[in-house]
Amino acid sequence: MNVYVIARLTFMEASRRKILLAALILGLVFLLIFGLGFYFMINDLRKYREGIVIINTVSNFLLMAGLYVVNFLTSIMTVLTSVDTLSGEISSGTVHTIVSKPVRRWEVVIGKWLGFVVMISLYLLLMAGGVIGSIYAITGYLPPNPFLGIVFMWLNALLLLSISMWGGTFLSTLANGVLVFGLYGLAFLGGWIEQLGAFFQEPARSTALNLGVLTSLLMPSEALWRRAAHELSSPLTSAFGFSPFSSSIYPSMLMVVYAVLYLLVIVFLALRKFQQRDL
Amino acid sequence: MGWQGQVVWKPHLQLGILYNKRMNSPSYAIQTNHLQKIFGEKVAVQDLSLDVVRGEVFGFLGPNGAGKTTSVKMLLSLVRPTSGDGFLLGEPLGRPETRRKIGFLPEHFRFHDWLNADEFLTLHADLYHMPRERSQTTINELLDLVGLAPHRTKKLREFSKGMLQRIGLAQAMLNNPELIILDEPTSGLDPVGRRLVRDIIRNLKEQGKTVFLNSHLLSEVEITCDRVAFIKHGVVIRTSHLKDLVEGELTVTIRGRNISPEAVNGLSRWSSNVRCDDEVITLTVMGESDLPEINRYLVNQRVDVYALQPQRVSLEDLFIEIVGVDGGL
Repeated sequence: MNVYVIARLTFMEASRRKILLAALILGLVFLLIFGLGFYFMINDLRKYREGIVIINTVSNFLLMAGLYVVNFLTSIMTVLTSVDTLSGEISSGTVHTIVSKPVRRWEVVIGKWLGFVVMISLYLLLMAGGVIGSIYAITGYLPPNPFLGIVFMWLNALLLLSISMWGGTFLSTLANGVLVFGLYGLAFLGGWIEQLGAFFQEPARSTALNLGVLTSLLMPSEALWRRAAHELSSPLTSAFGFSPFSSSIYPSMLMVVYAVLYLLVIVFLALRKFQQRDL
Repeated sequence: MGWQGQVVWKPHLQLGILYNKRMNSPSYAIQTNHLQKIFGEKVAVQDLSLDVVRGEVFGFLGPNGAGKTTSVKMLLSLVRPTSGDGFLLGEPLGRPETRRKIGFLPEHFRFHDWLNADEFLTLHADLYHMPRERSQTTINELLDLVGLAPHRTKKLREFSKGMLQRIGLAQAMLNNPELIILDEPTSGLDPVGRRLVRDIIRNLKEQGKTVFLNSHLLSEVEITCDRVAFIKHGVVIRTSHLKDLVEGELTVTIRGRNISPEAVNGLSRWSSNVRCDDEVITLTVMGESDLPEINRYLVNQRVDVYALQPQRVSLEDLFIEIVGVDGGL
């Protein structure tokens, strides 16, 4: 019951924030531009009577570019809306009137987490669905594993959310923001090093790959995106190898399992820290 | 040092020490045994031992930094005690079920200011698991009580400080609590608001509720409280019935002529603190019952008594006397 009340409150609060409104407006503008651009590009290709293989390859390439933006927007929106949900309420004292009620502390953390999960899920569905849907509407093309791809993007957002909430149990809002974006940036850099490393000779290649794996272990967000990209890319797009939006090197399912465990451990740490700390 | 530190292996002594540790009793709303809180190297509360009887209005007084708010936070499990233990309404500290019967207004009351008054109270009623029908009736009554009924659809961010304090009071009473803890409830309130708080506290007392009042406004405490505790440097240094404190000692100023040194010396049987300046004698006596005797004595000593003026010691004077002018600094 309390979990539901707090989840509802969190969802309502996050929904009324200007950050979400801005992300929604920007997202819709992006979808509109993406759809229009894609429509004219495909029309142009059709003028030259390009075959289905070319059209599908271009569709997949642009779909990956579109979902890359969606993944980025979802990540940013997740962190910015959740970064002060605990730290802000602790520093302002708002949490005192909540925790002094017959509410268990874990209910506060889980309630808030679930509230954000609902919001993030809706946003991701709207945006990713918009990209995939507009491509399907124009060309009838669907990526290989759209469901799995979106699930991995969703896991990436949940991972960032969980770290943001964990940081909020013991850091100030600003420090928490630095922590989450720092880890996100580290994972991003590690992913690129790993991808670029594939073009080098040994031993640079192994070093780059190891660095990539190490950063993925520290923060598996980029690994989740690359796994999502793998599920969404057509074999032909993947065969191009290195691109900003997809990669021929992709993490194994073991890394995905690791990311899920990582997420669960972070949520557990957030629960434990919030349970133990003085408010 | 906690009471355990004094235990010597002598059964009769140990029994005595155990008896000194106040046991959980259902007649108490609050009981604490040597609660202590240390933040790093800073001792916020050194030794909080309190018994607050059910149905009384209890004032918790002390200078800034004395540990009052930390004490309140320990009672509500917002802060984990370093040592010691305590009971709320007969249950050990920290049980969420007990908090169902407690109302709390924090000192620096903050809230989700994007909610309107009605939504805010509904949220808190939901946290108490109140059925929606009952909560709506209670919310209507409370909004009327605190004078915010016309503002029920107004966002809290548009409220004045006084209005926020009133809505905070309403949320503290939502669950019809057995124990209500008010941390500086009159801060930010104008005289009308202060009177409202006073009336609410009286009303709660009439209903048999226990009120734990942490306030700097000693005049409010003087009017509303049955008992008070003084805390300094995190230690409860005195707990007493307010009646005994403020209705006990009197300062008496006597104006007269023909005052002989013998007559002044003879007043020592009523007071150890007698001062005579020309035609004015000042002394402190234990109660009003001494006054007729003093008057008769002075007349018998051939003193021409023109005026005999008793003056009660204010709580503020007592506060300074007990806590000291340095406060808690």
